[in-house]
Amino acid sequence: MVAPKKNGLQTVWFQNPPVIISTASVAGSREGEGPLGKTFDKIVYDTYYGENTWEKAEKQMMMDAMKKALQKANLQKEDVDFMLAGDLLNQIISAGFSARSMSIPFLGLYGACSTMYEGLALGAMLIDGGFAERVLIATSSHYNTAERQYRFPTELGLQRPMTAQWTVTGAGAALLAREGSGPVITHATIGKVMDMGIGDAQDMGSAMAPAAADTITCHLQDTGRKPDYYDLIITGDLGVFGKKLAEQLVRQNGYEIRDRFADCGVLIYNGSQDVHAGGSGCGCSAVVTCGYLMEQLRTGMYKRFIGIGTGVLLSPCSVQQGETIPGIGHAVVIEMRQGG
Amino acid sequence: MSDSMVISEKQKREYAEIVNQIKPKPRVWCNIFRAFIVGGLICLLGQFILSFFQNRGLNVNEAAAATSATLVFLAAFLTGVGVYDEVSRFGGAGGIVPITGFANSMVSSALEYRAEGLVFGVGSRLFTIAGPVLVWGIVTAWAVGIFYYFFT
Repeated sequence: MVAPKKNGLQTVWFQNPPVIISTASVAGSREGEGPLGKTFDKIVYDTYYGENTWEKAEKQMMMDAMKKALQKANLQKEDVDFMLAGDLLNQIISAGFSARSMSIPFLGLYGACSTMYEGLALGAMLIDGGFAERVLIATSSHYNTAERQYRFPTELGLQRPMTAQWTVTGAGAALLAREGSGPVITHATIGKVMDMGIGDAQDMGSAMAPAAADTITCHLQDTGRKPDYYDLIITGDLGVFGKKLAEQLVRQNGYEIRDRFADCGVLIYNGSQDVHAGGSGCGCSAVVTCGYLMEQLRTGMYKRFIGIGTGVLLSPCSVQQGETIPGIGHAVVIEMRQGG
Repeated sequence: MSDSMVISEKQKREYAEIVNQIKPKPRVWCNIFRAFIVGGLICLLGQFILSFFQNRGLNVNEAAAATSATLVFLAAFLTGVGVYDEVSRFGGAGGIVPITGFANSMVSSALEYRAEGLVFGVGSRLFTIAGPVLVWGIVTAWAVGIFYYFFT
Protein backbone atom coordinates (compact mmCIF):
# COMPACT_ATOMS: atom_id res chain seq x y z
CA MET A 1 0.00 0.00 0.00
CA VAL A 2 1.60 3.21 -1.17
CA ALA A 3 0.76 6.46 0.61
CA PRO A 4 -1.66 8.51 -1.53
CA LYS A 5 0.62 11.52 -1.95
CA LYS A 6 3.83 9.61 -2.42
CA ASN A 7 5.28 9.33 -5.87
CA GLY A 8 7.96 6.71 -6.37
CA LEU A 9 10.62 5.93 -3.78
CA GLN A 10 11.38 9.25 -2.12
CA THR A 11 9.16 11.92 -3.64
CA VAL A 12 5.95 13.42 -2.34
CA TRP A 13 3.59 15.60 -4.35
CA PHE A 14 1.16 18.19 -3.09
CA GLN A 15 -2.50 18.04 -4.03
CA ASN A 16 -3.00 21.74 -3.32
CA PRO A 17 0.51 23.09 -3.70
CA PRO A 18 1.31 25.37 -0.74
CA VAL A 19 2.13 28.94 -1.65
CA ILE A 20 5.27 30.81 -0.62
CA ILE A 21 3.46 34.06 0.19
CA SER A 22 6.57 35.90 1.32
CA THR A 23 10.27 35.44 1.94
CA ALA A 24 12.92 37.57 3.59
CA SER A 25 16.69 37.44 3.71
CA VAL A 26 19.22 39.12 5.97
CA ALA A 27 22.88 38.79 5.04
CA GLY A 28 26.29 39.82 6.31
CA SER A 29 28.61 42.35 4.70
CA ARG A 30 30.69 39.88 2.67
CA GLU A 31 27.51 38.38 1.22
CA GLY A 32 26.17 41.89 0.62
CA GLU A 33 29.29 42.73 -1.39
CA GLY A 34 28.86 39.57 -3.46
CA PRO A 35 27.09 39.39 -6.81
CA LEU A 36 23.68 38.68 -5.22
CA GLY A 37 23.94 41.49 -2.66
CA LYS A 38 21.09 43.50 -4.18
CA THR A 39 18.60 40.66 -3.81
CA PHE A 40 18.82 40.55 0.00
CA ASP A 41 16.35 42.51 2.11
CA LYS A 42 18.89 43.68 4.61
CA ILE A 43 22.67 43.73 4.88
CA VAL A 44 24.19 43.65 8.35
CA TYR A 45 27.66 45.22 8.35
CA ASP A 46 28.51 44.67 12.02
CA THR A 47 29.31 41.00 12.72
CA TYR A 48 28.00 41.54 16.25
CA TYR A 49 24.85 43.27 15.01
CA GLY A 50 24.88 45.47 18.13
CA GLU A 51 24.88 42.47 20.48
CA ASN A 52 27.71 41.36 22.75
CA THR A 53 28.17 37.89 21.25
CA TRP A 54 28.07 36.47 17.72
CA GLU A 55 25.51 33.88 18.83
CA LYS A 56 23.11 36.63 19.84
CA ALA A 57 23.79 38.40 16.56
CA GLU A 58 22.89 35.26 14.60
CA LYS A 59 19.67 34.84 16.57
CA GLN A 60 18.85 38.49 15.91
CA MET A 61 19.35 37.98 12.17
CA MET A 62 16.99 35.02 12.21
CA MET A 63 14.42 37.06 14.11
CA ASP A 64 14.78 39.90 11.63
CA ALA A 65 14.24 37.59 8.68
CA MET A 66 11.08 36.11 10.21
CA LYS A 67 9.64 39.50 11.18
CA LYS A 68 10.37 40.85 7.72
CA ALA A 69 8.62 37.89 6.09
CA LEU A 70 5.56 38.42 8.28
CA GLN A 71 5.59 42.14 7.60
CA LYS A 72 5.75 41.62 3.82
CA ALA A 73 2.69 39.36 4.02
CA ASN A 74 0.87 41.81 6.33
CA LEU A 75 0.47 39.13 8.96
CA GLN A 76 1.05 38.89 12.69
CA LYS A 77 2.83 36.03 14.41
CA GLU A 78 -0.53 34.92 15.82
CA ASP A 79 -1.61 34.15 12.25
CA VAL A 80 1.06 31.47 11.91
CA ASP A 81 0.32 27.90 13.02
CA PHE A 82 3.83 26.53 13.24
CA MET A 83 7.37 27.76 13.09
CA LEU A 84 9.98 25.35 11.68
CA ALA A 85 13.54 26.48 12.17
CA GLY A 86 17.07 25.24 12.59
CA ASP A 87 20.68 26.32 12.43
CA LEU A 88 24.20 24.96 12.82
CA LEU A 89 24.91 25.72 16.45
CA ASN A 90 24.92 23.08 19.16
CA GLN A 91 21.36 22.28 20.21
CA ILE A 92 20.13 24.67 17.48
CA ILE A 93 20.12 27.62 19.87
CA SER A 94 19.53 30.29 17.22
CA ALA A 95 16.26 28.62 16.31
CA GLY A 96 15.24 27.79 19.87
CA PHE A 97 16.00 31.26 21.18
CA SER A 98 14.23 32.90 18.24
CA ALA A 99 11.21 30.72 18.94
CA ARG A 100 11.34 31.89 22.55
CA SER A 101 10.84 35.43 21.33
CA MET A 102 8.35 34.63 18.58
CA SER A 103 6.11 32.42 20.71
CA ILE A 104 4.75 30.51 17.73
CA PRO A 105 4.34 26.72 18.20
CA PHE A 106 7.81 25.52 17.29
CA LEU A 107 9.38 22.46 15.73
CA GLY A 108 13.17 22.53 15.73
CA LEU A 109 14.96 21.07 12.73
CA TYR A 110 18.48 19.95 12.14
CA GLY A 111 19.58 19.10 8.64
CA ALA A 112 22.87 20.99 8.81
CA CYS A 113 23.13 23.21 5.73
CA SER A 114 20.10 21.50 4.15
CA THR A 115 17.75 22.79 6.86
CA MET A 116 16.01 25.42 4.70
CA TYR A 117 14.91 22.79 2.20
CA GLU A 118 14.04 20.30 4.91
CA GLY A 119 11.84 23.04 6.37
CA LEU A 120 10.19 23.89 3.04
CA ALA A 121 9.41 20.20 2.44
CA LEU A 122 7.99 19.65 5.93
CA GLY A 123 6.10 22.95 5.94
CA ALA A 124 4.46 22.08 2.65
CA MET A 125 3.51 18.66 4.04
CA LEU A 126 1.95 20.22 7.13
CA ILE A 127 -0.14 22.55 5.01
CA ASP A 128 -1.17 20.10 2.31
CA GLY A 129 -1.88 17.54 5.01
CA GLY A 130 -4.42 19.92 6.46
CA PHE A 131 -2.58 20.50 9.73
CA ALA A 132 -1.75 24.12 9.19
CA GLU A 133 -2.93 27.20 7.36
CA ARG A 134 0.38 29.02 7.54
CA VAL A 135 3.89 27.86 8.42
CA LEU A 136 6.95 30.03 8.98
CA ILE A 137 10.32 28.51 8.10
CA ALA A 138 13.64 30.02 9.03
CA THR A 139 17.32 29.09 9.14
CA SER A 140 20.51 30.97 9.83
CA SER A 141 24.26 30.65 9.99
CA HIS A 142 27.03 33.02 10.96
CA TYR A 143 30.66 32.79 9.89
CA ASN A 144 32.02 33.54 13.33
CA THR A 145 29.72 31.27 15.35
CA ALA A 146 30.26 28.35 12.97
CA GLU A 147 34.00 28.88 12.81
CA ARG A 148 34.46 28.84 16.58
CA GLN A 149 32.23 25.80 17.02
CA TYR A 150 33.46 23.65 14.15
CA ARG A 151 37.00 24.88 13.61
CA PHE A 152 39.30 27.40 15.23
CA PRO A 153 39.26 30.85 16.83
CA THR A 154 38.56 33.41 14.10
CA GLU A 155 41.74 35.39 14.68
CA LEU A 156 43.96 32.31 14.52
CA GLY A 157 46.28 32.53 11.56
CA LEU A 158 46.05 29.50 9.32
CA GLN A 159 46.00 28.56 5.69
CA ARG A 160 42.86 26.89 4.40
CA PRO A 161 42.95 24.43 1.50
CA MET A 162 41.28 25.44 -1.77
CA THR A 163 38.44 22.98 -1.13
CA ALA A 164 37.46 24.78 2.10
CA GLN A 165 34.28 26.84 2.04
CA TRP A 166 33.24 30.03 3.76
CA THR A 167 30.25 29.89 6.12
CA VAL A 168 27.65 32.41 5.00
CA THR A 169 26.53 34.96 7.56
CA GLY A 170 22.85 35.29 6.95
CA ALA A 171 19.33 34.20 7.70
CA GLY A 172 16.38 33.44 5.49
CA ALA A 173 12.71 33.03 6.27
CA ALA A 174 9.83 31.82 4.11
CA LEU A 175 6.17 32.01 4.93
CA LEU A 176 4.08 29.20 3.44
CA ALA A 177 0.30 29.36 3.26
CA ARG A 178 -2.52 27.15 2.00
CA GLU A 179 -3.64 29.94 -0.28
CA GLY A 180 -2.39 33.29 -1.45
CA SER A 181 -0.29 34.61 -4.24
CA GLY A 182 3.28 33.66 -4.98
CA PRO A 183 5.30 30.69 -6.16
CA VAL A 184 4.07 27.25 -5.12
CA ILE A 185 5.76 24.10 -3.89
CA THR A 186 4.64 21.15 -6.00
CA HIS A 187 6.96 18.31 -5.02
CA ALA A 188 9.57 17.42 -2.46
CA THR A 189 12.12 14.62 -2.61
CA ILE A 190 13.51 13.60 0.76
CA GLY A 191 17.14 12.58 0.57
CA LYS A 192 18.93 9.59 1.98
CA VAL A 193 22.04 10.01 4.09
CA MET A 194 25.00 8.95 1.98
CA ASP A 195 28.60 8.45 2.96
CA MET A 196 31.13 7.66 0.27
CA GLY A 197 34.04 7.58 2.70
CA ILE A 198 35.24 11.19 2.51
CA GLY A 199 36.93 12.05 5.80
CA ASP A 200 38.37 15.49 5.06
CA ALA A 201 36.32 18.08 6.97
CA GLN A 202 37.93 20.80 4.84
CA ASP A 203 36.31 19.29 1.76
CA MET A 204 32.59 19.17 2.45
CA GLY A 205 31.68 19.52 -1.21
CA SER A 206 33.05 16.06 -1.98
CA ALA A 207 31.20 14.64 1.03
CA MET A 208 27.84 16.12 -0.04
CA ALA A 209 28.00 15.66 -3.81
CA PRO A 210 26.92 11.97 -3.81
CA ALA A 211 23.85 12.74 -1.66
CA ALA A 212 22.87 15.66 -3.89
CA ALA A 213 23.36 13.59 -7.04
CA ASP A 214 21.35 10.73 -5.56
CA THR A 215 18.44 13.00 -4.65
CA ILE A 216 18.43 14.66 -8.09
CA THR A 217 18.50 11.29 -9.84
CA CYS A 218 15.84 9.86 -7.58
CA HIS A 219 13.60 12.87 -8.12
CA LEU A 220 13.85 12.57 -11.90
CA GLN A 221 13.15 8.84 -11.75
CA ASP A 222 10.25 9.22 -9.30
CA THR A 223 8.56 11.89 -11.39
CA GLY A 224 9.57 10.57 -14.80
CA ARG A 225 10.74 14.06 -15.70
CA LYS A 226 13.76 15.07 -17.74
CA PRO A 227 16.23 17.67 -16.44
CA ASP A 228 15.00 20.18 -19.05
CA TYR A 229 11.60 20.21 -17.34
CA TYR A 230 13.29 22.65 -14.95
CA ASP A 231 14.69 26.04 -15.82
CA LEU A 232 17.22 25.61 -13.09
CA ILE A 233 18.57 22.81 -10.91
CA ILE A 234 20.32 24.40 -7.97
CA THR A 235 22.13 22.82 -5.03
CA GLY A 236 22.68 24.44 -1.65
CA ASP A 237 26.36 24.62 -0.90
CA LEU A 238 28.42 22.08 -2.82
CA GLY A 239 30.98 24.71 -3.77
CA VAL A 240 33.01 24.80 -6.97
CA PHE A 241 34.42 21.27 -6.77
CA GLY A 242 31.40 19.59 -5.19
CA LYS A 243 29.25 20.99 -7.97
CA LYS A 244 31.50 19.45 -10.63
CA LEU A 245 31.38 16.15 -8.79
CA ALA A 246 27.59 16.15 -8.47
CA GLU A 247 27.22 17.00 -12.16
CA GLN A 248 29.45 14.08 -13.08
CA LEU A 249 27.65 11.66 -10.76
CA VAL A 250 24.25 12.63 -12.16
CA ARG A 251 25.68 12.11 -15.66
CA GLN A 252 26.78 8.62 -14.65
CA ASN A 253 23.18 8.01 -13.63
CA GLY A 254 22.06 8.91 -17.13
CA TYR A 255 20.98 12.55 -16.87
CA GLU A 256 22.78 15.58 -18.29
CA ILE A 257 22.16 18.68 -16.15
CA ARG A 258 25.19 20.74 -17.11
CA ASP A 259 23.37 23.52 -18.98
CA ARG A 260 20.97 24.30 -16.14
CA PHE A 261 22.91 23.40 -13.02
CA ALA A 262 23.97 25.96 -10.40
CA ASP A 263 24.98 26.03 -6.77
CA CYS A 264 24.03 28.68 -4.19
CA GLY A 265 27.51 28.47 -2.64
CA VAL A 266 29.13 29.24 -5.99
CA LEU A 267 26.74 32.10 -6.82
CA ILE A 268 26.86 33.99 -3.54
CA TYR A 269 30.46 35.21 -3.71
CA ASN A 270 32.66 36.31 -6.56
CA GLY A 271 36.12 34.95 -7.24
CA SER A 272 37.98 37.90 -5.76
CA GLN A 273 36.42 37.48 -2.31
CA ASP A 274 38.98 34.86 -1.25
CA VAL A 275 36.40 32.32 -0.13
CA HIS A 276 38.10 29.36 -1.83
CA ALA A 277 35.46 26.85 -2.99
CA GLY A 278 32.46 29.09 -2.18
CA GLY A 279 29.84 29.61 0.49
CA SER A 280 28.33 27.09 2.87
CA GLY A 281 26.11 26.98 5.93
CA CYS A 282 22.36 27.02 6.54
CA GLY A 283 22.34 30.67 5.59
CA CYS A 284 23.80 29.98 2.15
CA SER A 285 20.87 28.20 0.54
CA ALA A 286 18.48 30.22 2.74
CA VAL A 287 19.47 33.70 1.60
CA VAL A 288 20.01 32.67 -2.01
CA THR A 289 16.60 30.96 -2.15
CA CYS A 290 14.68 33.58 -0.17
CA GLY A 291 16.45 36.47 -1.89
CA TYR A 292 17.87 35.79 -5.34
CA LEU A 293 15.79 32.80 -6.51
CA MET A 294 12.48 34.32 -5.43
CA GLU A 295 13.37 37.48 -7.31
CA GLN A 296 14.18 35.43 -10.42
CA LEU A 297 10.72 33.84 -10.19
CA ARG A 298 9.02 37.20 -9.68
CA THR A 299 10.75 38.79 -12.64
CA GLY A 300 9.95 35.76 -14.81
CA MET A 301 13.59 34.88 -15.38
CA TYR A 302 12.79 31.35 -14.24
CA LYS A 303 9.41 29.70 -14.20
CA ARG A 304 10.24 26.56 -12.34
CA PHE A 305 13.26 25.31 -10.47
CA ILE A 306 14.29 22.47 -8.26
CA GLY A 307 16.41 23.37 -5.26
CA ILE A 308 18.41 20.76 -3.42
CA GLY A 309 19.44 21.77 0.09
CA THR A 310 22.67 19.95 0.91
CA GLY A 311 24.22 19.27 4.27
CA VAL A 312 26.91 17.30 6.04
CA LEU A 313 25.85 15.52 9.20
CA LEU A 314 29.14 15.65 11.06
CA SER A 315 30.25 17.08 14.38
CA PRO A 316 33.71 18.19 15.51
CA CYS A 317 33.67 15.12 17.77
CA SER A 318 32.91 12.68 14.93
CA VAL A 319 35.70 14.18 12.82
CA GLN A 320 38.23 13.89 15.65
CA GLN A 321 37.20 10.28 16.22
CA GLY A 322 38.01 9.54 12.60
CA GLU A 323 34.48 9.01 11.31
CA THR A 324 33.84 9.70 7.65
CA ILE A 325 31.39 12.43 6.65
CA PRO A 326 27.77 11.59 5.82
CA GLY A 327 25.94 13.95 3.48
CA ILE A 328 22.27 14.61 2.74
CA GLY A 329 20.26 16.47 0.11
CA HIS A 330 16.57 17.40 0.14
CA ALA A 331 14.91 18.63 -3.05
CA VAL A 332 11.93 20.94 -3.36
CA VAL A 333 10.24 21.96 -6.61
CA ILE A 334 9.14 25.58 -6.68
CA GLU A 335 7.21 27.04 -9.60
CA MET A 336 5.45 30.23 -10.56
CA ARG A 337 1.93 29.58 -11.72
CA GLN A 338 -0.05 31.73 -14.11
CA GLY A 339 -1.93 34.43 -12.27
CA GLY A 340 -0.39 33.26 -8.97
CA MET B 1 29.53 -3.30 9.27
CA SER B 2 26.18 -1.89 8.28
CA ASP B 3 27.81 0.90 6.30
CA SER B 4 29.49 -1.52 3.96
CA MET B 5 26.10 -3.06 3.28
CA VAL B 6 24.84 0.17 1.75
CA ILE B 7 27.91 1.36 -0.11
CA SER B 8 30.65 -1.08 -0.99
CA GLU B 9 34.35 -0.43 -0.52
CA LYS B 10 34.71 -0.64 -4.28
CA GLN B 11 32.21 2.18 -4.78
CA LYS B 12 34.06 4.28 -2.19
CA ARG B 13 37.38 3.68 -3.96
CA GLU B 14 35.90 4.62 -7.32
CA TYR B 15 34.44 7.77 -5.86
CA ALA B 16 37.76 8.68 -4.22
CA GLU B 17 39.36 8.46 -7.68
CA ILE B 18 36.83 10.87 -9.19
CA VAL B 19 37.32 13.24 -6.26
CA ASN B 20 41.08 13.18 -6.75
CA GLN B 21 40.68 14.10 -10.40
CA ILE B 22 38.51 17.11 -9.61
CA LYS B 23 39.98 18.31 -6.35
CA PRO B 24 42.74 20.92 -6.80
CA LYS B 25 46.24 19.89 -5.80
CA PRO B 26 47.69 21.91 -2.91
CA ARG B 27 50.11 24.48 -4.30
CA VAL B 28 53.05 23.07 -2.38
CA TRP B 29 55.88 25.04 -4.00
CA CYS B 30 53.98 28.31 -3.84
CA ASN B 31 53.18 27.67 -0.17
CA ILE B 32 56.78 26.76 0.64
CA PHE B 33 58.02 29.92 -1.04
CA ARG B 34 55.56 32.14 0.82
CA ALA B 35 56.38 30.40 4.11
CA PHE B 36 60.08 31.02 3.45
CA ILE B 37 59.53 34.73 2.80
CA VAL B 38 57.15 35.38 5.71
CA GLY B 39 59.02 33.17 8.19
CA GLY B 40 62.31 34.66 7.03
CA LEU B 41 61.06 38.23 7.48
CA ILE B 42 59.85 37.47 11.01
CA CYS B 43 63.25 35.97 11.87
CA LEU B 44 65.01 38.93 10.27
CA LEU B 45 62.93 41.25 12.43
CA GLY B 46 63.90 39.13 15.43
CA GLN B 47 67.57 39.52 14.51
CA PHE B 48 67.23 43.31 14.31
CA ILE B 49 65.59 43.38 17.74
CA LEU B 50 68.26 41.08 19.17
CA SER B 51 71.06 43.27 17.82
CA PHE B 52 69.29 46.35 19.14
CA PHE B 53 69.15 44.96 22.67
CA GLN B 54 72.75 43.73 22.49
CA ASN B 55 73.92 47.15 21.35
CA ARG B 56 72.10 48.63 24.32
CA GLY B 57 74.28 46.53 26.60
CA LEU B 58 72.36 43.29 27.29
CA ASN B 59 74.28 40.01 27.12
CA VAL B 60 73.18 37.35 24.60
CA ASN B 61 70.83 35.49 26.97
CA GLU B 62 69.16 38.64 28.23
CA ALA B 63 68.82 40.03 24.73
CA ALA B 64 67.30 36.76 23.47
CA ALA B 65 64.66 36.82 26.24
CA ALA B 66 63.88 40.46 25.52
CA THR B 67 63.60 39.67 21.80
CA SER B 68 61.13 36.84 22.42
CA ALA B 69 59.07 39.10 24.66
CA THR B 70 59.04 41.83 22.03
CA LEU B 71 58.01 39.47 19.23
CA VAL B 72 55.30 37.94 21.41
CA PHE B 73 54.00 41.40 22.24
CA LEU B 74 53.97 42.42 18.58
CA ALA B 75 52.15 39.25 17.51
CA ALA B 76 49.63 39.59 20.34
CA PHE B 77 49.00 43.20 19.38
CA LEU B 78 48.61 42.35 15.68
CA THR B 79 46.20 39.52 16.60
CA GLY B 80 44.17 41.93 18.67
CA VAL B 81 43.82 44.39 15.81
CA GLY B 82 42.99 41.54 13.40
CA VAL B 83 46.11 41.57 11.24
CA TYR B 84 48.06 38.47 12.26
CA ASP B 85 45.55 35.97 10.86
CA GLU B 86 46.09 37.61 7.46
CA VAL B 87 49.87 37.21 7.83
CA SER B 88 49.53 33.44 8.43
CA ARG B 89 46.80 33.13 5.84
CA PHE B 90 49.32 34.33 3.29
CA GLY B 91 52.48 32.90 4.81
CA GLY B 92 51.20 29.56 6.13
CA ALA B 93 53.83 27.79 8.21
CA GLY B 94 56.00 30.91 7.94
CA GLY B 95 53.55 32.68 10.22
CA ILE B 96 52.65 29.71 12.39
CA VAL B 97 56.03 28.18 13.33
CA PRO B 98 57.88 31.23 14.78
CA ILE B 99 57.15 32.28 18.36
CA THR B 100 54.76 34.88 16.93
CA GLY B 101 52.47 32.05 15.78
CA PHE B 102 52.44 30.69 19.30
CA ALA B 103 51.41 34.09 20.64
CA ASN B 104 48.72 34.31 17.98
CA SER B 105 47.28 30.93 18.97
CA MET B 106 46.90 32.01 22.61
CA VAL B 107 45.63 35.52 22.04
CA SER B 108 43.12 34.41 19.41
CA SER B 109 41.75 31.80 21.84
CA ALA B 110 41.58 34.38 24.62
CA LEU B 111 39.67 36.80 22.38
CA GLU B 112 37.39 34.11 21.03
CA TYR B 113 36.26 32.64 24.33
CA ARG B 114 36.06 35.87 26.31
CA ALA B 115 32.27 35.80 25.90
CA GLU B 116 32.06 32.57 27.92
CA GLY B 117 33.64 34.29 30.93
CA LEU B 118 37.11 34.60 32.43
CA VAL B 119 37.14 31.20 34.15
CA PHE B 120 35.38 28.76 31.83
CA GLY B 121 35.98 30.82 28.72
CA VAL B 122 39.44 32.36 28.67
CA GLY B 123 40.78 30.29 31.57
CA SER B 124 39.92 26.86 30.33
CA ARG B 125 40.32 27.44 26.61
CA LEU B 126 43.39 29.66 26.44
CA PHE B 127 45.53 26.66 25.52
CA THR B 128 43.08 25.05 23.09
CA ILE B 129 45.52 25.48 20.21
CA ALA B 130 48.79 25.99 22.09
CA GLY B 131 48.15 23.13 24.53
CA PRO B 132 48.94 20.25 22.15
CA VAL B 133 52.12 22.04 21.04
CA LEU B 134 53.24 22.35 24.65
CA VAL B 135 52.28 18.82 25.67
CA TRP B 136 53.98 17.12 22.77
CA GLY B 137 56.89 19.55 22.77
CA ILE B 138 57.57 18.70 26.41
CA VAL B 139 57.06 14.96 25.86
CA THR B 140 59.46 15.00 22.90
CA ALA B 141 62.06 16.98 24.86
CA TRP B 142 61.72 14.49 27.68
CA ALA B 143 62.18 11.50 25.34
CA VAL B 144 65.21 13.09 23.73
CA GLY B 145 66.60 13.81 27.20
CA ILE B 146 66.30 10.15 28.23
CA PHE B 147 67.92 9.08 24.98
CA TYR B 148 70.75 11.55 25.51
CA TYR B 149 71.28 10.37 29.11
CA PHE B 150 71.69 6.72 28.15
CA PHE B 151 73.58 6.99 24.88
CA THR B 152 76.24 9.59 25.52
